[in-house]
Amino acid sequence: MNRMRDALSVFLAALREIFDEAAYTRFLERCGTTSSPAAYAQFCRERESAKAPRPRCC
Amino acid sequence: MLDGVGKNGMNKPLAVALWGAVALLGAAAVGVVAFHRGEPINALWLVVAATCCYAIGYRFYSKFIAARILALDALRATPAERLENGRDFLVTNKWVVFGHHFAAIAGPGPLVGPVLAAQFGYLPGTLWVLAGAIFAGCVQDFVILLFSVRRDGKSLTEMAKEEIGRVGGFVAYTAVIAILVILLAVAALIVVNALKDSPWGTFTIAMTIPIAILMGIYLRRIRPGKVIEVSAMGFILVLLAIWGGQWASRTPAVAEMFTLRGPTLAILIIVYGFAASALPVWLLLAPRDYLSTFVKLGTIGLLGIGIVALHPTLHMPALTRFSDGTGPVFAGKIFPFAFITIACGAISGFHSLISSGTTPKLIARETETRIVGYGAMMAESAVAIMAIIAACVLQPGVYFAINSPAGIVGQGAAAATQTISSWGFPVTAADMQTLAHAVGEQTLLNRTGGAPAFAVGMAHIFSQSLGGETVMGLWYHFAVMFESLFILTVLDAGTRVARFMVQDALGHIYKPLGRTSWYPSILATSALIVGAWGFFLWQGVKDPLGGINSLWPLFGIANQLLAIVALCVATTIIIKMHREKYALVTLVPLMWLVAVTFTASWHKVFDPSPRIGFLAQARALAAGAATAATPRLIFNNQLDAAVTAILVVMVALVLLESGRHWIAIFNGREEARVKETPFVMTRLVEDQA
Repeated sequence: MNRMRDALSVFLAALREIFDEAAYTRFLERCGTTSSPAAYAQFCRERESAKAPRPRCC
Repeated sequence: MLDGVGKNGMNKPLAVALWGAVALLGAAAVGVVAFHRGEPINALWLVVAATCCYAIGYRFYSKFIAARILALDALRATPAERLENGRDFLVTNKWVVFGHHFAAIAGPGPLVGPVLAAQFGYLPGTLWVLAGAIFAGCVQDFVILLFSVRRDGKSLTEMAKEEIGRVGGFVAYTAVIAILVILLAVAALIVVNALKDSPWGTFTIAMTIPIAILMGIYLRRIRPGKVIEVSAMGFILVLLAIWGGQWASRTPAVAEMFTLRGPTLAILIIVYGFAASALPVWLLLAPRDYLSTFVKLGTIGLLGIGIVALHPTLHMPALTRFSDGTGPVFAGKIFPFAFITIACGAISGFHSLISSGTTPKLIARETETRIVGYGAMMAESAVAIMAIIAACVLQPGVYFAINSPAGIVGQGAAAATQTISSWGFPVTAADMQTLAHAVGEQTLLNRTGGAPAFAVGMAHIFSQSLGGETVMGLWYHFAVMFESLFILTVLDAGTRVARFMVQDALGHIYKPLGRTSWYPSILATSALIVGAWGFFLWQGVKDPLGGINSLWPLFGIANQLLAIVALCVATTIIIKMHREKYALVTLVPLMWLVAVTFTASWHKVFDPSPRIGFLAQARALAAGAATAATPRLIFNNQLDAAVTAILVVMVALVLLESGRHWIAIFNGREEARVKETPFVMTRLVEDQA
């Protein structure tokens, strides 16, 4: 049962990472702020200006 | 360690017996796939063969590479640990990185390439996907990932510059831009071919734009950062759009509005590409990317379950008569054309960009590069096997009727089905009409590009598992939506990536051009990139042979040439690491790819057959009856020949430059010194202790 729970939590963590939710949480922690439209806009700007355009394969 | 007990606690004789059984089962399954002739075989044989080959490849070959060549060191701190900034560099769970990496490498390529190559039968594609992935693709992704990890997450271009010299860096950069431009053109052409004269498909895909914008606004204003939640909502809206598409196709006034010809769709996609590149990323690109990933991961999982549960019969023979090079889908013999047509499922140079992009910055320990680099590529290869199955469950006559251009099989249902039946693949106009009716289309003839054939195959598999024939139309349009969404995401993200790269280069000439937030630069570089792929797209749409015949091989050649650059970098580093006796691990796939791509390039440029050689086609056009389009078609063929030749010459320079380094090291004229970041002990072990 514990193994199932662990597997599920890793799966959810992978989804949160793939969908950038984890990155947003880290951003909020780093900036010491709470989620808001302004904070999310700042997060989007930061990711855009990080100039790490993530390639998607063919 | 106790006698007879392995490190993982398994009894050694038991392990030997288990792996022996896997090997025997795999050999038997590959034997059935390779030698069975005459009667259709069950798709489960392909699944068993692939599963056993991947298991053995991962357990033994990747372990050998990890231990003997790369000497993975769990105690060596990775850049994710040393340079952790909570942004790009971040220690991340290996399964999370695996998912992240797989989501980035699994694009439409492993679905489309194998469908096109199925014209040779299921055997060539299956063998290439299995052997190519295990001995070439997985190895490339794995070693490039590890070498990038040992160099602070440097990109392939930077590593090529450092290890091979400026020529290597320049060629890698140029190859990436060329691949992106050709890839985007091919991707757009596949969407055009899937949506032309299809009001249902066009309506559904058109609806994904307002859905993405709605998601963007919701994400930005209402529930900031709740991406999974909004993607699930977007997915439900897309399902409603598919259902709405059926209504649109049955309502004459709406159907007329959404029944578009190829050139109109091409213009709309070009305008869309420009808008997606120039608009703020949060409004259209990011939500669409999330939606596409959501659909992609779900559909691949569903297709896998569907194939195993239904285990359909493959109606395509193991080998067709078209191994002689006269295939209607694309011209050319199995060697070299099957090996450039299937790239992503076997080996893809593009993956080396991802292995040296975000992934190395997330790896917590060197030992995890094995499951992420080698393992994720194996999963991608499994997707390609699913695509082969989806194409080969169709009756061969139906497959060729969908994938053959009118220029080859003739105009109209009667002429096309007669031509295809004369090849020994019986199909009637009534069969095609019934099938088109079942999937809610006016016609399925001449729908080149691979996507419609894949969609019909997928709908066939799904409809037999869930819902039956009555919902075949819904499944077909779900598959078309899935592929188009997938491809349009590649299109808008790729245009943006290429824009960034061009801005980066132009910034060295005039600084403001390098600023990614300066609007004149954004507009100019977006127009440049969209204009470049738009040109090739237009060329494909106007091509009487369907466009895929010339553009897909061009893309395959460019992609595999990038793999040659990546394998040159890998071999050079292995030699510099004093592991020259194991250099064959990357050298053999390198030599194979050199043989494949250089032969394919030679044929595409100089082959005397107008269906294969660009120059021969230009000559044939010049000698034929002149129309208003003739000068442009001649120019297009000459341009394609020039692009192919330039790419090959540049990669040949990288090969020569790499070879010069290897010989100098063997002769002792050059010191074998790797440019790795110095060893730093990890603190993760202490933290755990």
